[in-house]
Amino acid sequence: MLKTASRRENTISPLTNYVLNGGFIVLALACVLPVVLVIIVSFTHNDSLLSRGYSFFPVKWSLIAYESLFKDYGTILRAYGVSVGITAAGTVLSVLLMALYAYPISRQDYPLRPFFTFFLFFTMLFSGGIVSKYIVFTQGLGLLDNYLSLLLPLLIVPFNVIIMRTFFQTTIHPALIESARIDGAGELRIFVRIVLPLSLPVMATMALFSTILFWNDWFNALLFIRAEDKYPVQFLMIRVLNDIQYLRENVQLAAQNPEMMRDLPNESLQMAMAVVGMGPILIVYPFFQKYFVKGLTIGAVKG
Amino acid sequence: MQARWKLFWKYRYLTLMIVPALAVLVLNNYLPMFGVFIAFKNINYIDGIWRSPWVGFDNFEFLFTSGSIWRIARNTVSYSLVFMIVNLLLSVAIAVAINEIRSRWLAKTYQTFLIMPYFLSMVVVSYLVYGFLNPEKGFLNHTVVEWLGMERVFWYSETAYWPYILTIVSAWKGVGIGAVIYIAAIAGIDPEYYEAAVIDGASKWRQIFHITLPTIRPVIIIITILNMGHVFNSDFGLFYQVPMNSGPLYPVTDTVDTYVYRALKELNDIGMSSAAALVQSVLGFALVLLTNASVRKIDKDQALF
Repeated sequence: MLKTASRRENTISPLTNYVLNGGFIVLALACVLPVVLVIIVSFTHNDSLLSRGYSFFPVKWSLIAYESLFKDYGTILRAYGVSVGITAAGTVLSVLLMALYAYPISRQDYPLRPFFTFFLFFTMLFSGGIVSKYIVFTQGLGLLDNYLSLLLPLLIVPFNVIIMRTFFQTTIHPALIESARIDGAGELRIFVRIVLPLSLPVMATMALFSTILFWNDWFNALLFIRAEDKYPVQFLMIRVLNDIQYLRENVQLAAQNPEMMRDLPNESLQMAMAVVGMGPILIVYPFFQKYFVKGLTIGAVKG
Repeated sequence: MQARWKLFWKYRYLTLMIVPALAVLVLNNYLPMFGVFIAFKNINYIDGIWRSPWVGFDNFEFLFTSGSIWRIARNTVSYSLVFMIVNLLLSVAIAVAINEIRSRWLAKTYQTFLIMPYFLSMVVVSYLVYGFLNPEKGFLNHTVVEWLGMERVFWYSETAYWPYILTIVSAWKGVGIGAVIYIAAIAGIDPEYYEAAVIDGASKWRQIFHITLPTIRPVIIIITILNMGHVFNSDFGLFYQVPMNSGPLYPVTDTVDTYVYRALKELNDIGMSSAAALVQSVLGFALVLLTNASVRKIDKDQALF
């Protein structure tokens, strides 16, 4: 039966279609429900948390978590400021520097091309590891508690530079550059006036990659940031979760310090922190995911 | 010689463009490469990195006799392999299935949902996992376990469950994005193959096994080999943040990356952590060279170099 159906039209039978759709609905739910749970808990009243725990259907709602979270808005606002600043500066610098490196190594006529291509490439093969990096950054360069320690490690993503180079190679014809040069344009002028305008799609994709990379980074803060007023949002989230975990595990400590227990944010507050941390990504995600997927497949067909 | 300098001078502006990113690579990548010599020193804070005494391979000897190195090596490699296989099978299955969905609009929508977890940081993921596993109020202990009439589980101290939890989290985060590349590969298959197959009376299953999978096989092989190059690396966030750095779980959550981090930041043992990190770098280097050579044999265009 299935055979005759597919002979007429090469699609799956209606029944298989329902089954497949059902399966994908389950998978899609599995992807979003954990996020939904955290959002719901952040709006759940403490009474409901006591009786039902973390539930998708709380008996009593409340905004108190967000009220108390923003009562101490200084900390969160500052962390947001740090994250936004690092992400903005990092993205602009990152795209600019990567393009400036990718363009010369895309030019067949550039004599130093093989050397600089290898110089970039080698960083993908061998890394000094985090201990050596930690020592170099903290003792050699003195970057402890310096925002540069959050920027430097993510500015150049070698693989993305390779993607950009390939893009330049395939879309910008050497004759175009040659004719601009005959017209008297210098290298910098050619780059700014011809190469960049023709490469907007790949620039946009790279900007997207960088934004995600910088916004989601907490590892470098974990290594290099001590001062509380320099925490980015993701790192503040780690601290909030760890502090609570620590106090819970040390009930004795909590008993000796009742005021500490009182100030201890309750669970909904903790989850509100998570919502505040992932909020921006979730809001912009539906708009940019299309470009992200496109960008990934540019990289897939590398030359 | 003169001519050569003239050539470089002619291209001086291109070289100038390279300089800023070059500086970043030197500071961020090359200095740490040269910094690996600290693994051969006994670093103390009074003498600093330069004047601390050389100790040859002492740090390595200590590392290999400490016993924990075998545990972390086993954890790192076996998790890498399991994640690789599970994520590959699920990604390919999803790519093949999503391609069969009749409504293109629905297929795109499912894809949007499936990729979403990739965009969340591991810190956010650790909160999401905590929402389910919190021993007192978590969804599992408070709701699911009650439904099933089981005992509560103290998730953050029971090692037995974590190999599964970590595999699920890894798949949850990586399968959607992993499928993207296979979906693109399947979309590139010439429809004439399928038309010919239909004329010959091939069923959907036969089309999948005789056209779709064989066509995307090179992509599968290359991605797998590239992943093989990273079996000595682990996702630090997954093994450190998601189990909340919980001590009782170390036997099943300690990997090279978490071990190195803890030795460095929590035990302040620079000697041992730098030795472990160097072993990882060197093995990783060898493995990347090896995997690239194999990719080169299969498909020259796909090789990195």
